[in-house]
Amino acid sequence: MAGSAIANAPAPTTPKGVTRDGGEMNPTAKALSEKFPMAVERSLVVWGETTIFVRPSSILEVMQWLHDDPTQQYDYLSDVTAVEYRDLDQPIEVVWHLRSLPYRRFLRVKAQIAKNQPLEVPSVWSIWKGADWLERECYDMFGIKFAGHPDLRRILMWEQYREGFPLRKDFPLRGRFSRAEQLRQALDQNPESRYSMEELTVADAFEDLPEDMRRRLTSGERTGE
Amino acid sequence: MGLTAPDRTVSYVPESQEGWVATRLDFLVNWSRANSLWPMPFGTACCAIEFMATAASRFDLARFGMERMSFSPRQADVLICAGRVPFKLAPIIRRIWQQMPQPKWCISMGACASTGGMFDNYAVVQGIDTIIPVDVYVPGCPPRPEGLIHGIRLLQEKVMNERRSDSTIRQEMLPDPNSELYIPASAINELGEPFGNSVHQNRSAP
Repeated sequence: MAGSAIANAPAPTTPKGVTRDGGEMNPTAKALSEKFPMAVERSLVVWGETTIFVRPSSILEVMQWLHDDPTQQYDYLSDVTAVEYRDLDQPIEVVWHLRSLPYRRFLRVKAQIAKNQPLEVPSVWSIWKGADWLERECYDMFGIKFAGHPDLRRILMWEQYREGFPLRKDFPLRGRFSRAEQLRQALDQNPESRYSMEELTVADAFEDLPEDMRRRLTSGERTGE
Repeated sequence: MGLTAPDRTVSYVPESQEGWVATRLDFLVNWSRANSLWPMPFGTACCAIEFMATAASRFDLARFGMERMSFSPRQADVLICAGRVPFKLAPIIRRIWQQMPQPKWCISMGACASTGGMFDNYAVVQGIDTIIPVDVYVPGCPPRPEGLIHGIRLLQEKVMNERRSDSTIRQEMLPDPNSELYIPASAINELGEPFGNSVHQNRSAP
């Protein structure tokens, strides 16, 4: 239940009059810099939202603590994404958007990775399963590898896409290959490489249904529309 | 087969013209096809909403015999591609087209299906006519229902003007390497300079 960790939680309201600076910092920032003083680089509040910069090497333990600690309970990973600035000297930032439903809090965690190193950060899939596709999208668009991800492959572009990583700043808008070559490679892709039509037929999927669904369907119950 | 133009010279000699029965048969077949085109709505994006609006009560596709949408390509006559087609979807729309039995036609609805529309980028097919043969292009973003209906009327006219004696209509052409019109793919790459003001946009910045 959202807000269950707050005693006598009032109904949530939309904050009004939010200014760019001077917003109230999320109490997690203070708790985090006390618990992991070496990991936290800095924290700031912009438009009422708290951003904490963490060293990439300590991301996993920081995330684990944010998820498990009873005073934090960040149980919802909203998004995993990355930022590359137009000033090409700035490092790439990997961004995690966390929400704590029991405490009704929002937190943004950023890790800066230098571009001259291989782009790798630990995967938080072991903590939040939703990171599965979010990290795949981040890999597809930026080329950032997530160590420990069970199945890191392209998700928005097709798996054999060879032109590069589309949201990088050195990637031209229309792609690197000519239109004819893009079309040829697109038609060459094998969209069914990970599954077969047979396993998608209802008869074959029946075995994979949970037990009570199988029981209800065989007894003739109308479970759908 | 090769890309040779069919011989369409009209003869006024009475003996070589088509007879009365042949022309009436042509008319009957074409009329029944044109007025009962079952669409396969390949709706990917916003144009699909406009297609649904055209099929709804105010503009009504049922008066053209098109109220029975066929989502199986095996039972469809017209593939109406409504919406942008990403490169990831390209082999799928080609396979759907190949699964449709002859006679079949294609309407490319909207700017994105016709030319890629506003999405001149790495992910969107710049016109489905690079993948499947298109009969009617309906411009618009999205085209108004009246525009789509105009496109459907154009297709009906095209169907009415088909003739059984023209054997090239129902053939699916594949490029023939032995034809003198054949251009090999490597040469097409040389010719394929991006269109319009997107010249030199394939190079990396800066």
